Amino acid sequence: MINNMETLMSILVGILFAIGTYLLLTKTLLRIILGTSIIGHGVNLLIITMGGLKKGAPPFLGRKETLFTDSLPQALLLTAIVINFATTALFLVLSYRAYRELGTDDTEQLRGIGDE
Amino acid sequence: MNNLIILPIIIPILAGLIMVIFKKSIRLQRILSILAIVSTGAVAVILMNQISKDGIQVLHLGGWKAPFGVSMVADMLATMLILVTSIVAVCCLLFAFHSIGEKREAYYFYPLFLFLITGVNGSFITGDLFNLFVCFEVMLVSSYVLISLGGTKIQLRESIKYILINVISSFLFLVAIAFLYAMTGTLNFAHLSQRVAEVGQDGLMTTVAILFLIVFSLKAGLFLFFWLPGSYSAPPTAISAIFAALLTKVGIYAIIRTFYLVFYHEPQITHLLIGILAAITMVLGAIGAVAYGDIKRILTYNVIVGVGFILAGVATLSIEGITGSLYYLIHDMIVKALIFLLGGTVIHLTGTSKLNEFSGLIRLHPQLGWMFFIAALSLSGIPPLSGFIGKVFITEGTFVTSYFWLGGIGLATSLMVLYSIMKIFINGFWGYTVLTEETEKGTTKGLMLPIGILTALTIVLGLGTEGIQPYVDLATQTLMNPDIYIHAVLGSK
Repeated sequence: MINNMETLMSILVGILFAIGTYLLLTKTLLRIILGTSIIGHGVNLLIITMGGLKKGAPPFLGRKETLFTDSLPQALLLTAIVINFATTALFLVLSYRAYRELGTDDTEQLRGIGDE
Repeated sequence: MNNLIILPIIIPILAGLIMVIFKKSIRLQRILSILAIVSTGAVAVILMNQISKDGIQVLHLGGWKAPFGVSMVADMLATMLILVTSIVAVCCLLFAFHSIGEKREAYYFYPLFLFLITGVNGSFITGDLFNLFVCFEVMLVSSYVLISLGGTKIQLRESIKYILINVISSFLFLVAIAFLYAMTGTLNFAHLSQRVAEVGQDGLMTTVAILFLIVFSLKAGLFLFFWLPGSYSAPPTAISAIFAALLTKVGIYAIIRTFYLVFYHEPQITHLLIGILAAITMVLGAIGAVAYGDIKRILTYNVIVGVGFILAGVATLSIEGITGSLYYLIHDMIVKALIFLLGGTVIHLTGTSKLNEFSGLIRLHPQLGWMFFIAALSLSGIPPLSGFIGKVFITEGTFVTSYFWLGGIGLATSLMVLYSIMKIFINGFWGYTVLTEETEKGTTKGLMLPIGILTALTIVLGLGTEGIQPYVDLATQTLMNPDIYIHAVLGSK
C-alpha cells in the first residue's frame, strides 16, 4: 500500500516536471516563471517522497510505538518552500520591472542587442 | 566545539541587518561594512592558527552532535578561502566608495554586499549538504538584487537570465539532495563520506554525483558558462569584480568538497568527466577572450578560462594537482578582482569599453598602466608573480597522472590569456594619447588604493609562496585523506 503511494507520487513528480519544462521552453516571461514555480512543487514532492512517506508515528518522545516517521525531509521541505517562495516573488517583481523598462516580455527580444 | 567558527557568518549578517535600519547614514554604513569584513578576516586568521595547531575545528549548532544536527566545519581550505574573501571584499568595498554612486548606496548596496559575503562564508564553512544549499541561496538572492541594482536596461535584461539559470540549478541541487538522502539517509558531509564508502559508489550513486557536478558546474561556470559573460558584464565594476572573484569560486569549492570527500571512489568516471569539461571550458573561454575587442567581454571570458584551469588540477585527484588548484584558487580570487577593478577604472576614465575607441592612457596614468601590466603577467602565470606556482603544480599534476592533453591545453590557453590581456594593454595604454585631462570622463581619485593593495598582494604572494605553503599543504593533506575530516566531525568510533 505504502509502496503504491510512493510510485504514484513519483509519477506525479514526473508530470509536474514535464509541465514545468514545457512552460520553461515557451517565450513569454510569465509562463517561464510559472514553469519554475511548478518545477518547484515537483521538487518539493520529490523530497518528501524520497524521505519515505508516512512510515510510523510522529517522532515524539514518550510514545509507545517503535516505528517513527523521518522528520528531516519535512524540515528540508519547509526550508525549500520558503526559499522558493522568496525567489519566485523576487523574480516576478523583477520581470514586471523589466517589462516596463524594456517594453517586452518576449524572450526572443531579450537577447543581447549586438554588443559587438 | 569552537564558537569562533560561526562568526564569519554572524558578523556580516548582523552588520547588514543593522545597516538596513540606518538607511540614511551612508557614512555609518561604509564604516560598519569595512569593520565587519575586516573582523571576519581577523577571525579567519585566528582560526587558521588554531587549525594548524590542533587540527580541524568543529561546531555542532545547538549542541546536537553530528550527524543529527547541523555542523560547521572549519578546515584549512575553508578558512583560507574566508580570509581571501575578506581581503578581496575589503578592496571591492574601497573601490565602491568612489565609484558605485549615491543612488545605489541609498538603496541598500552595503547591506546586500554583506549578505552576499554571509552566503559565501557560509558555503565555505558548512559541513552539511542541505545547509550548503541554504547558504548558496543566501548568496544567490543577494547577487540577484546586486546584479539588477540601479535598474538600467542592460542590467534588467541580464538579471532575468541570471536568475532563471540559477533558479533552475537550485532545483536540480534539491533533486540531487533528495536522491542522495534516499540512498544514504544522511546529509552531513562526513557521515555521507562514511556511508558512501560503506555501501560503495554504484551506478546510481555515480549518476547522482554527476547531477551534483551539473549543478555546481552551472554555478562555477564549468562548461555550462553560457550565462556568465552577459551577467558579469552588466553590473557596475565593484559588483562585477566581487562576482568574478567569489561566486564562481564558491562553485569550484563545492566541486572540490563533494568530489574529494564524498564521491571519490569512481575517478575514472567522475573525475575524468571534470577533466574533459575543464579542457572544453579552457578552450572555449580562451577563444572568447581572444575574439572580442571589448574590455568587459575579454575579462569575463578570462574568468571562464580560470575556472577551467583550476578544475584541471582538481580532475587529476593527485597531491600535485590539488596543491596547484588551491594555490591557483587563492591567486585567481585576488587577481580576478584586480583585473576587473583595473578594467573598470579604464572604462570609468574613457567612458567606453571598446578597445578601438581609445589609446595612450599610459601618458596620463602611468601607475594604472604599470599595475595593469603586472596584473596581466600575474594572470597568465609569469614568475615571480602569484599565478606561477599554481600553474606549475597543476601542470605537474596533469603530467604525473598522464593527463598530458589536459596539461597541454592548460599551457596553450594561458598563452592565449596573455595575448588577450596584452591586447588591452597595447591598444589601450600605448599609442597616441586621445584623451586629455579635460576630456576624460572620470578621475582615478580613490580608485588606486584598492588596486594598489591587490597588486601588492599578487607580488607578495608570488615572492613569499613559502609563507603560505604550510597552510596549503595542510589543506591538501585533509582533502587527500577524507578520514581526517570524518574523524574530526564524527569523533572516534
